[in-house]
Amino acid sequence: MAASFQFDLVSPERLLVSEEVESVVIPGAEGEMTILANHAPVMTTVKPGVVTVTTASGSTERYCVFGGFADILPTGCTLLAESAVAVGSIDRNDLAKRMQNAREDLADAKDATTRQKAQEYLDHLSTLEAAI
Amino acid sequence: MASLKDLRNRIASVKATQKITKAMQMVAAAKLRRAQEAAEAARPYSQRMGAVLANIAQAVGGGGDAPALMTGTGKDDTHLLVVCTAERGLCGGFNSQIARFARDHIRRLQGQGKTVKIICVGKKGFDILRRDFASLIIDRVDLREVKTLGFVNADAIARKIIGLFNEGGFDICTLFYSEFKSVISQVPTALQVIPAAASVAAGAAESGGTAAYEYEPEPGEILSDLIPRNISVQVFRALLENAAGEMGAKMSAMDNATRNAGEMIGKLTITYNRQRQAQITKELIEIISGAEAL
Repeated sequence: MAASFQFDLVSPERLLVSEEVESVVIPGAEGEMTILANHAPVMTTVKPGVVTVTTASGSTERYCVFGGFADILPTGCTLLAESAVAVGSIDRNDLAKRMQNAREDLADAKDATTRQKAQEYLDHLSTLEAAI
Repeated sequence: MASLKDLRNRIASVKATQKITKAMQMVAAAKLRRAQEAAEAARPYSQRMGAVLANIAQAVGGGGDAPALMTGTGKDDTHLLVVCTAERGLCGGFNSQIARFARDHIRRLQGQGKTVKIICVGKKGFDILRRDFASLIIDRVDLREVKTLGFVNADAIARKIIGLFNEGGFDICTLFYSEFKSVISQVPTALQVIPAAASVAAGAAESGGTAAYEYEPEPGEILSDLIPRNISVQVFRALLENAAGEMGAKMSAMDNATRNAGEMIGKLTITYNRQRQAQITKELIEIISGAEAL
């Protein structure tokens, strides 16, 4: 059995996960990354996507996160999500609303950078919707 | 002297009021517990956010790539005050306490010749501040329709603040809210959120040493993403503290009211009994003296 480490998934509203895990897959800003124990310290922003957690007991859980960032240390990993829900309990309407908002943001974008950002966000959401 | 019937009516009405205040107290107690739980649940996020922010801030240093939200505009001419109060009254001195605290602050700033702008969160604060500073209030946020306070509400307020900052609307932003100490004590607090440097420095002192991180993307980029989020978190925390404080204040205010009503009923009952007895005695005297006269 691989070494385990402490993983915390927190959203502003509550603490979703706080347990010993074997590995975590995070949708990082520059690509997906799998974190195992003794990972080098990394700080990364997280784009909307699915986080896959393999617990120390071997079961896997999946969570949808909507942006945030991860603080990775050799001893543990903290994922601060802007909002997060377990994949099983995701609300399709909520997702649709988020996409609607993103589209409006895109339409409202004034300059190129904000437009690009909004477009990226919308793309992430679309991939997320396709993934679940 | 009130008649017996008047007294009876009076007692009945006080009893009805007591029932209402009692019910309100119990509702407040239940809501308080929920608000406290929400505040508790939000704590890990804001703590970790503070630690992470301090880490990155140290990595970036005070260098040129630190975002303006952190370093400020370098002036302190225009102050934005975000005054958070409750949406409802009947909670003792809770709202007026915050409003008074903010008012003192405004007067002091005005005395120093600064420009003051106000954003009111919550109806009650708006009602109070409107009397003195109607021209300074630039915006108000109504949370009356909100059933459970979510991060989205805080995020919307924070976005408003940041948008205003980016337009050059103000130099320093301070958040006014009531810190929840206990059910009977809520302390009005001012928290400076922009520039964020001060609060970040405090976080750095708490978190202690920093690890040598790798950053993805660049620290400056993360930081400029993080600071606005941190402001949302601060606002969210303020709103949650306020919600808990409001319920605490309401609970003790209603407890007082219930007790007062109880006292009043006691007093009225004594008066009522005394008067009834006096009337009986009077009637007896009339009968007896009538009989004697025969």
